Order: sequence, then C-alpha cells, then structure tokens
Amino acid sequence: MIGNVFGWLTTAAHWRGGNGMTAIGTQIQAHVTYSFVAVAIALAIALPLGLFMGHTGRLPFLVSAANTLRALPTVGVLILLTVMIAPNFHGRTDFGYLIPTEIVLVLIAIPPILSNTYAGVQNVDGVVRDAASAMGMTGSQVLLQVELPNSLPLIFSGLRSASLQVIATATIASYLPLGGLGRFIYDGLAQQDFPQMIGGGVLVALLALLTDSVLAFIQRHVVSRGVSGRFSKKAMTAGGPAAADIVQAEVAAV
Amino acid sequence: MTATSTAGAASSSPWHFWAYFTAHRHQDLSWLWDHVWLSALPVVIGLAIALPLGWLASRYKWIYPPMLSLMGLLYTIPSIALFVIIPPLLGLKALDPIQVPIALTVYSVALLVRVVADGLGSVPEDVLQAATAMGFGRVQRLVKVELPIAVPVIAAGLRVATVSNVSIVAVAGTIGLANLGQLFTTGFQLSTPTAYYPPIVLGIVLCVALALAFDGVIVTANRLLTPWRRAVQGR
Repeated sequence: MIGNVFGWLTTAAHWRGGNGMTAIGTQIQAHVTYSFVAVAIALAIALPLGLFMGHTGRLPFLVSAANTLRALPTVGVLILLTVMIAPNFHGRTDFGYLIPTEIVLVLIAIPPILSNTYAGVQNVDGVVRDAASAMGMTGSQVLLQVELPNSLPLIFSGLRSASLQVIATATIASYLPLGGLGRFIYDGLAQQDFPQMIGGGVLVALLALLTDSVLAFIQRHVVSRGVSGRFSKKAMTAGGPAAADIVQAEVAAV
Repeated sequence: MTATSTAGAASSSPWHFWAYFTAHRHQDLSWLWDHVWLSALPVVIGLAIALPLGWLASRYKWIYPPMLSLMGLLYTIPSIALFVIIPPLLGLKALDPIQVPIALTVYSVALLVRVVADGLGSVPEDVLQAATAMGFGRVQRLVKVELPIAVPVIAAGLRVATVSNVSIVAVAGTIGLANLGQLFTTGFQLSTPTAYYPPIVLGIVLCVALALAFDGVIVTANRLLTPWRRAVQGR
C-alpha cells in the first residue's frame, strides 16, 4: 500500500492533470489560496483588536468568547452555512461554496490569534512598560515600539496554530464540491482509489509541515534576539513547535 | 446511512431538530454513543501514555526539547490527513473504524506530554525539598506531592484535548465513519433541492452539549482533586 501511494505521488500525469483528474499543482494552489485569504482576514481583524485589548485592558471577555467558539464542530458549521448560502448562487460559480468556507476558516483563525496577541501584550513586564513611559513615549509609541515587539513570540505562535487549523479545515472544504488537496481524499474515497486518497493525505500533511516551517523561519528573523533569547546562554524553548504554545496560552486563559 | 432514506420529520425549519431527533432516536443515540467513546477514550489512553513521557521530559532536561519538537510535529499534521495515513502505516484496511481513535490518541499524547512536563516542572523547588525532608521517597513524592500540584495544569490540557476531539471526531463522519458527523453528511445530502436543516442543527447541538458535558466533568474532577486551592481563595 505504501508503495502504491508513493507511485501515485510520483506519477507525472497526476501532477499535470487530465483524464477527469485535476492536477495536484492546481489543487495545491487552490488550497494555499483559500488558506492564505482566510488567515489574512483573520489577522486583519484579530491583531489590532488583540493589541487594543491587551494595551487598554478593555473587553477581556472577548477572549473567552472567542475560545468558546472552539466547542462548535467545524464540519457542522461549514455544512450549515453552505446549506444556507449555496442555494442563492446559480450557474457556473463556486461562490456558493467559497463564501461559507471562508467564513468558517476566518472563524477558526481568529481565536488563537486574538487570545495570543492579548496574552502577549498583557505578559509584557510592567517594568519595561513603565520605563518606556518614563522615557517620554506616548501610549501608541509604547504599544507599537515596546509592547508589540515584546509580544511577537506569542503572536507568532497564535498565527502558526491558526494557519495549521485553517489548512486542516480547508481540506474538509473539498467535501463540498470545492477544490483543494482534500479533493484527492474525497475523490479517492468515492472511487475506492486508496492510493489517491492516502496520497492526498500525505500532501496535506506535507503542506502543513512546510507552512509551519516557513512561519517559524519568518519568526526567527522578525523577533528580536533580545526577546526570543536566541544566542543567549540560558537556552529557551522559544520558536519551538506551534502546538506547544497553544496550550500555554489556553492554560493561561482558563 | 439508514437516515438518508427517511426524512421523517416533515418540516425543514432549523428549530425542528428535536422532532428529527425523536423520529430517528435509535440511529441518533447510536451515533451519539460512538461520538462519546471516540472523543473520551483517546484522551484517557493519551494521558496514560503522556504521564510517563512528560515525567521523563521534566526529569531529564536534555529530553525536553527533542521530545517537545516531536510532539509539535505530530500535532501539526491535519486530522483528516492523519486519518487516511494511519491505516497503511499500521497495515490496516484503508477504512478501518480503529483509525480514528488511534489518530486522536496521537493528538492527545502530543498535547498532553507538554502539559504534564510543564505541570510537573512548575512545582516549586522548596515544596520538593520540604517533601524530601519529610522523608518522602522519589516515587512517593511524585505521586503524593508533584502530581497533585500539577493537576490544575494537566486539567487545563485535558479540557483543550477533549473539546477539540469532539470537533475532530465529526470530521471523520465525512469519510463515512459512524458518529455524529453522519448527521451533517445526512443533512447535506438531504439539502440538494432546498435546505433541510434539522439533522445539521441537531448535530451541532449534540456536539456542543457533549463538549460542554466533558468540560464540566473535567472542571469538577479538578475541583475535587485540589481542595486546597479553594481553601486559599476563601481566605
């Protein structure tokens, strides 16, 4: 079986497409596009909101409200929204499936980014904040030049966990008639073509691992050495796997 | 998928999910039961595996970084991908009901090792010294002092693991495995000409209720296991 999967993945025709099968490259592109759009929208909403909440200490209940969203079964919400929205679109358009998918993906991506940004700003040492004010920095300068850089490690771990959950859920969007790497999983299942199904699973896993590595790489270069503790003798575990910090932030939120 | 054939509850209004439930009670309860054990059992097994691993990671500092990286790697793999990758790796059939609990156990271990290690690591040094001074042996100190103090941190991790499991199990419904996720696929199939809400809404309601019930059990167990925390708060 493993050999068959490897064979499926290394068949050039599967990457080119044709014969009733879409190309792997096309579906990777679709998967990345859906995910990127959702994470970008979520970031545009949750990052400013989290910074505001952390800086002013207002609206802290939004964090627990966002965390209760996790109790919702994502597949159920996705199908509910699809059934509500899809019949309003007719003809040759994907929007009936695309809009509910993007809504669900954004809803999934907001809680980790929001709670980690909030926790990151709140966790900035009070002494550092006071020193910044004493140097004559205004409120927005403290926020953007002191609190934001200091909370970047937590913000990045929120962004990484959001991206992973979005990539995972974008796979399920293929259960609706929509593109993405889940196409191979559900088509393979329907055609009882298990090498295709498992090959699709392998591609999704690889995409997730690659995305997390890219974000970790960006994190390494964006976060100040003084904050991450990299190169310092007291080795910290910062920049470690995203999953680690999800728990950290949530344990703090409970 | 017996429910597909009978749209017993005639109304398609979202609020008539309860009528749908009573009309298909036998099937729905069987899916609910599948969902319960599929979400809970992997967390129990996962905790049993994570306790020794987490202890190792907190006891020997050099094990901590590689162990945590490995666990983070496992947690990075999306659930539906893990579902379909596990059978060929273990030599099972391509669709085997056991693949879901195995995948969820992997996630639970990946999440809980970190929590156990950090929980044990958060026990203050003077508490450990006091316990040693009182004559506790290594094992006795671990079981009677360190683990109880780590309970709140471990409980927080258990809450995250169970609640996310309830959602992930429903994903397995889309590849045809029996659980509450079948209510969503059923509803989707019945919605082809016009929307038919009852099974979809029923599935969401039951999943959320299940997640809240698990959460309540863990919060209660946490309170019962750590009576000293309330004593301090009450002062």
